Order: sequence, then C-alpha cells, then structure tokens
Amino acid sequence: MTQADFYTILPIILLVAWASALLLVDLFIPKGRKGLTALLAAVGLAAAMGITLTQSGHTGVGFSGMVVLDGFSVFVNLLLLFTGLLGVALAYGYVKRLGIERGEYYTLLLFSIAGMLLMAQAADLIMIFLALELLSIPLYVLAAFAHPQAESEEAGLKYFLLGAFSSGFVVYGIALVFGATQTTALSGIAAAVSAGTANTMLMLIGSALILVGFSFKVAAVPFHMWTPDVYQGAPTSVTAFMAAGAKIAGFAALLRVFSTAFPSLAADLTPVLWVLAALTMIVGNLIAVSQTNIKRMLAYSSIAHAGYILMAFVPFGNPDVAPISIAAGLFYLVSYVLTNFGSWGVVIALEKAEGKGLNLDDYAGLGRKYPGLAAAMTIFMLSLTGIPPTLGLVGKFYLFRAVIAGGFYGLAIIGVLTSLVSAYYYLRVVVIMYMRDGEPEATSEPWLNLTWAGMALATVVLSFVPSFVFEWASQAVMKLF
Amino acid sequence: MDFVLHPLNLVTFFPLVGVLVLFFINPARKNALRWTALITSLVTFGISLWVLTLFDASNPDLQLVIKLPWIQVAGWDISYHLGVDGLSILLVLLTSFLTPISILSTWTAIEERVKDFMLFFLMLEVGMMGVFLAQDLFLFYVFWEFTLVPMYFLIGIWGGPQRIYAAIKFFLYTMAGSILMLLAILWLGINQGTFSVPDLIAAGGIPVHVQTWLFLAFAMAFAIKVPMWPLHSWLPDAHVQAPTAGSVILAGVLLKMGTYGFLRFNLPLFPEAAVRFAPTMALLAVIGILYGAAVSYSQQDIKKLVAYSSVSHLGFVMLGLFALNPQGIQGGILQMINHGLSTGALFLLVGMIYEQTHTRDFDVYGGLWKIMPVYGSVMLIVTLSSMGLPGLNGFVGEFTILLGAFGSNAIGSPWYAGLAAVGVILAAIYMLYMFQKIFLGPAGSIVETVKEHGHALRDLNAREIITIVPLLVLIFWIGLYPKPFFTLMAPAVDKLVGILQMAMH
Repeated sequence: MTQADFYTILPIILLVAWASALLLVDLFIPKGRKGLTALLAAVGLAAAMGITLTQSGHTGVGFSGMVVLDGFSVFVNLLLLFTGLLGVALAYGYVKRLGIERGEYYTLLLFSIAGMLLMAQAADLIMIFLALELLSIPLYVLAAFAHPQAESEEAGLKYFLLGAFSSGFVVYGIALVFGATQTTALSGIAAAVSAGTANTMLMLIGSALILVGFSFKVAAVPFHMWTPDVYQGAPTSVTAFMAAGAKIAGFAALLRVFSTAFPSLAADLTPVLWVLAALTMIVGNLIAVSQTNIKRMLAYSSIAHAGYILMAFVPFGNPDVAPISIAAGLFYLVSYVLTNFGSWGVVIALEKAEGKGLNLDDYAGLGRKYPGLAAAMTIFMLSLTGIPPTLGLVGKFYLFRAVIAGGFYGLAIIGVLTSLVSAYYYLRVVVIMYMRDGEPEATSEPWLNLTWAGMALATVVLSFVPSFVFEWASQAVMKLF
Repeated sequence: MDFVLHPLNLVTFFPLVGVLVLFFINPARKNALRWTALITSLVTFGISLWVLTLFDASNPDLQLVIKLPWIQVAGWDISYHLGVDGLSILLVLLTSFLTPISILSTWTAIEERVKDFMLFFLMLEVGMMGVFLAQDLFLFYVFWEFTLVPMYFLIGIWGGPQRIYAAIKFFLYTMAGSILMLLAILWLGINQGTFSVPDLIAAGGIPVHVQTWLFLAFAMAFAIKVPMWPLHSWLPDAHVQAPTAGSVILAGVLLKMGTYGFLRFNLPLFPEAAVRFAPTMALLAVIGILYGAAVSYSQQDIKKLVAYSSVSHLGFVMLGLFALNPQGIQGGILQMINHGLSTGALFLLVGMIYEQTHTRDFDVYGGLWKIMPVYGSVMLIVTLSSMGLPGLNGFVGEFTILLGAFGSNAIGSPWYAGLAAVGVILAAIYMLYMFQKIFLGPAGSIVETVKEHGHALRDLNAREIITIVPLLVLIFWIGLYPKPFFTLMAPAVDKLVGILQMAMH
C-alpha cells in the first residue's frame, strides 16, 4: 500500500474519519443545538468535495485494482457530495421541526455517502458489494429515524428487508460470475470473457442476478414494490436524499459493471434492459396518476425516472452509441438531482408534524399565498415532465437522441408517450396550486429556501447553457470505453 | 451589443423587459400593471414594424439571420438561429399586432390577479415570436412547447367554469402531438447531422419511405394545433373556457403556429411525402371546412359558434397550403392573417357583450342593433369579413385558395375546391344566422335581465372602439388592396413551390 493507493480514495477516508469523529463530538453538543452537528457535517462534505476537485484529471488504480480513480468517478463523486450537502440543507430545519433532531442523523448520512463514493470507484465486485452495504445500512436506519412513528419504522423495516433481499441477489450473482471467470476484478472478468475462458451460462445468470439486485436499489419495475411505502414513511429529508443518492450510486455501479465487465453480453442483456426500462417508465407513470399523497406521487415519479435513466443502458453494447448514451444518462442524473431536491424541498416546506400537509389538496392556493414557492414547484414539475425552459427537457432530448441513434425506436416512442402520461399528474400539482383556493401554511427556513430557490434557478438557467455539463459528462465516460 | 440590439432578438425578447418591470410593481396597482404590459407590447409592435422596414420583399431567402453556436457537443449541431422570410414576416406582424389589442381588451375584463395575467401574456408573446422566427429545430421545439405553459395558465386561472378541464385538455392534446415531432426532430438531427432548417432543406435527400414517417410525425403535432378534423376536439373547450384575450391569441396566433409548421417544415423538408399526402390532406381539410360549418350552425353558445367556425376557416388554409402551387400557398398565408383578424375581432366582440350580460346563449339575445348601433355595425362588418364578402379581407384569401385548389396538380381533382366552395355558402348561413339572432328581431330577454340588475346595456365605449378599429382598418385594407401583402410573401412562396415542383417530377 502506497500513498497513491490512499490518494485514490482520500475523499472516502476523510468522510469516514470525519463521520466517526462527529459521532464523538456530537456527545458534547447540547441537545437543541444539533444544528452545529449539521454544520460540521456540511464542512466535512465540502472538504471531501474540495479533495475530489483536486483529483479531477488524475487517473489511477488503487489497492491492487480494487478501486479506480478516473473521470467517471470524479464526476459521480462530486454529484454525490453535492447530493449530501443538499441532504444536510434539507434536514437542518426539518428534523428540528419534527422533533427528531439527533446528532446521529448526520453521522449516518456521512457514512452512507462514503459508501456511495466507494460504489462509484469500485473496480472489483467485492468492493461493489462492500460499498453497497456501507451505503445501505445507514439508509435503513435513517428511513426509520422518525421512530417511534409507526410509518417511519415500517419504512425502515421494509427497506431493510427488501434491501437485504436484493443484497442477496447481488452476492449470489457475484459468486456465479466468480465461478465463471475465477476472478472478481472487473477488468479480469472482461479479459476472461473476451479470451473465451469464461463459462457463458454461469456468467449470464450471474450478471442477470447482479442486475436484479441493483434494480431493487434503483427501484426499477418489477423490483420497485418497496419504493412508495419507504419514500412515504421515511422522514422527507431522508427520502429526498435516498431518492437522489441511492439512485446515483446504483446507476454508477451498473454503468461501471456493464460497460467494463459485461459489454460482450450486450446481445443477451439488451432485450432484458429494454423491457426493464419500458416497464419502469410505464408502470411508474401510470400508477403515479392515481396518487393523492405528494410523497407517494413523487415516489412513483422517481420510479418512472429510473426508467428513463435505464434507457441510457439499452444501447450499451453498441460502441458507437454507448459513450453518448451513458453521458446522456449522467446528464439526466444531474438534471434529476436538481429537480428532485427542489421538489422535495417544496414538500418539506409544506409538511407539518404527524404527516399533515402532504396531500395534494394541501397545495391549494399556494400560487396566491406563496408565489415564489409555487413558481419553483411549477418549474420542477415542468422539468420532470420535460417542458421548456427547464433542464428536464434537455435531459430527455439527450436521452432520446441516444436511444434513437441506437435504433431503439419502439423504446423511444414508449418514452415519449409515458412522458405525456406524466404531464397529467405533474400538471395536476400546478392546477391545484394555482387554480384552486386554499389556505396553505408553508415554513420558511433559510437553508430550505436556499435549496428550493437555488434548484429552481439552476433548473432554468442550466437549460440555456447545458453544453458544459454534457461535455463534462462525456469526458467522464470517455475513459470507460 | 450588436447581438442584443439585433432586430429579431429585440422583437422576440423585448416583452421580457416588460416582465421584469412587472415583477417590481405592486400587484394592487392594477392600472400600472396594465399600462406596463400595454406599452411593452406596443413597443414590440413598433420593433416588428422596424423589422418590416429592414425586410427586403424581393429576397426569397431568410433575412436578418442570427446564427450562434448553442449546443455543440458530441456531434450535436444546435444553434441559436433566428431568421425571417416571406413565409413568416406577416405572422410576426400579426403576433405583435394582436398582443396589444388583446391586452387592451382585458382592461376591465380581468380584475383578478392582473399581475400574473400580464406576466403570462407577455411570456406567451415571447414564445409565439420565437416559434415564427426560429430556424433551428431544437430551438423551434423549445419555443413551441414553451407557448403551452403561459396559455395553460391563462385558460386555467382566468377561464370559465370548466377552465381546468379545458386547460389540461389543451395541454395534453398539444403535447401528444409535439412529442412525436420531437422524435422526428431527433431523427433528423442524428441522421442529417444538423438541426438547422435551411441546411436540412438544402441538403434534402431523405429517402421517401422515411419522409413518410417524418412527415406524419410533424403533421401530428401541427394538425392538432391547427386543428384539423378529426383532431379538433380540444379547440371548442379551450376557446369557450379561455378569457377573451386568451381566445383572441389562441385563434389569432396559436392556431397559426400549426399551419405555419406545415408551411415551414412539412412542405420543404419532406417534399416527396408532401406531394404524396396532398390529396389526403386536402380531403381532411375539406371535411374540416364542411364539418366546422355544420357544427357551427347548431351551436347555442356564441363563442362556441366562433370556435367551430375556426375549424372551418383553418380548413381553407390547409386546403390552400396543400394545393402546393403559388396561388394556393399565398392564399393560405393570407387567410392565416385574415382569420387572425376576423376571428380575433369576433372573439373580442363576443367578449365585449359578455362582459355586460354574462351570458352567451343565443336565446336570450335579440334586437340589440337598436340599443347598440355602433356595436351592431362593427359586428356586421366583421361577420361579413368572416364569411368572405367581396371587398373585405376574407374574400381575397378564400378566393385565392379556391383558385389554387382548382388548378392544383398535387390535389389532382377540382372536386375538393368545389366542395370547399360550398363551405363559403355555409359560412354565410351560420354567420348571418348568428347576426340575426343577436341584433335583429324583437328585443331579447337579456335587455330586461340587465335592466333588472340596475344598469342598461350600453354601446361600445372609447376603449373598446380603440381596441377594434385597428382590426377593421386591416380588414378593409386587405379586402380592397391586398397587393402589398402578396408582394411580401411571393418570392419566398415561389422558392418553396420550386422545391415542391422538383419533388413532383
């Protein structure tokens, strides 16, 4: 082990150390002043972000090929750390208001992010599994953080059970792939497959099981059943973080595994991914239509968006299209993170204790009483639908372009038609906010306001200058191929 | 600075200056809000006249072009690309002309949330201008979809009792068409390597069987917007529920976006497919003409009648465009303007009486000419214009279209034009029927009803006359001396017909 090894995962080391220290420091922070812990957590995240920025442009392999540092990992890590910062910002006032302010919240958050970063850098199936557990276990706890509220406990337990189940799939898949190739290193697997020494049958079953495991994590249909209940039951700040962070990490792992280790399986896996993406878009959007609770609606919407991102994987075996397709997927993730946090921020602003203020009807009259909040929510809803001038449209434009360039016209048509369905339920939020009368009560907290206002601004402004983000995403994936 | 002060940038984005000013005005100061919006839109109209003076009518190509790289990564070629030519100059003028008129019409009609109303209205103007000026497919799509958002709010917040239903229906219908167009746009961008419309037209060379699909995808978006029979069912709801100013812009400009789309994209980009589909499109257009007329006649609601008459009138436009010859297309373009003026005026007039009576049911009206002579005279002129009386604008447009359609090789049979001519007669029937019901005969029950509420029906006031007179001037001008309008578009139309002629052989 050399310094270079440590440098590759320096942000992760920092986060883990910081989180452990925070656990101790928190003991000395008096109850009711846990905002300080949040601040410290944010400092840690910012520091990790700084280090990650210095890593950009560097590439390297650490710990005998267990982890890699490349443009892709830097891109994803920055996005994840940004997600973490937003997660802290949303939680800051929210946990206090709901009386669940405990210092461990932020420690758990940091551990989970450390796991996500590791996921983006893992180059070995064992590391991927390790990262998966490191990111998931704190999330199980966080989902149940509103204990002793029954919904939150239920969410935690459900998430834990199904998460453990999906981990089982991943481990089994890893075992089979190891059986087929005698290695767990991604590069070794690719080499074994191209040399023809791998057992194709075992390899195929193994990779399919890994795919199933991660489909649970990113909430792709038909492995999405846990999502609505968990998203609804968990404290909203956790939901927002989970919906963005866990998805990014899951997709990052999928991208890495499929583009480096399994490209030769494209012919067999493409139809599977096609069906997975199509089902996820269709089911997510259709069920979202009938929801009356905003958290549940956004949960189904996040399922649907997992489907759109999955579209980016479908052409992964086509070397001409794969780079732009995966770059489009990354771009879409960026746009999703911004929009997602913004909309959850609005939900938090309207949420009251004991799960009140979460019905769509509670948004009636928002346009009149809180024009800023309603305008921001409108921007998020338009962005999720894919209507200009928002980042969501640009994201969909890139995605559909990749899918069409890959020749998957049927999937593209399913994609746009489901977007049309989604317009119905996203617009309903706008209808209720502007066209019905009501007396909503919204909370105003500086960090919360900054989050939703900043995200709304970014969603609009970036839609006019999207090139640099896409360029950055393209460079990030270049090294993968 | 040159970029910011470029006439096309100014004409498109100047309303945003008004939006910015509106943000800082106290919502309670309603008149300040109204004046700001009105002045903004008048300045925009002034800028569009400046564009007209810079426009060279003898040049068939795009003029005043701005082209800047916008999204140029990973093989993309998306530009910020604006330009104006003979196909669009009149529509640009129509947009900037109708916007201040519509704002003026809201002076007393919109009392609730005036600030939001004006904000959305000016944003809508930006979107509409962009649609007519964009020469890059992606940019066009952005403007096209963006117009949905403010219009959706205009109908949904300030509309009639069924407004939410109408607003959502409007949004979903239009979006259903445009997402298919999006896929076609992407196909073009990927396989032809550019999103620039002039470059795509110049390059040509799309295989005919692909053209068919692309034509259909684009046509879906535009046919819903026009709306062509049988995709029109969103229109009556949207029109009837929209506030007056919304109806005026909807009929006057938004529907033209559909016909303009056919003109700008379907005809020159997919000429072989356009030739092949010409008889089908003509058939749908004729069905639309007759169907719209028949349904108009059976309406009880004045606004609904005007709405359905749009289906009929836009059928004429489509028939003209798909004649694929100079007369047909020129007539089609002129008829777009005519319909904007006449139907815009009709909606304004219906709105004016509705503001006093709060009903649009025919049965309660009657004998209004005696009480409101000015209103009656204006209504008569507009009615006659709408049904195509010689000497007024509608006649010039319809006559040219029928001339084009009779002699069209692409449509292939004079029967379409013959049936369409029946539509002119039907228009006379339902328009005069409406006029007679409202203005002639014994006084209707509404006169008493209004009196019971403590005030009598009054004739048009000064503001209302100012609102309507510019429209009347143009109605007469086009009717008596249409030459300048044809001159503006002729070279560009000839160029387009040249492309289509090549495809026919």
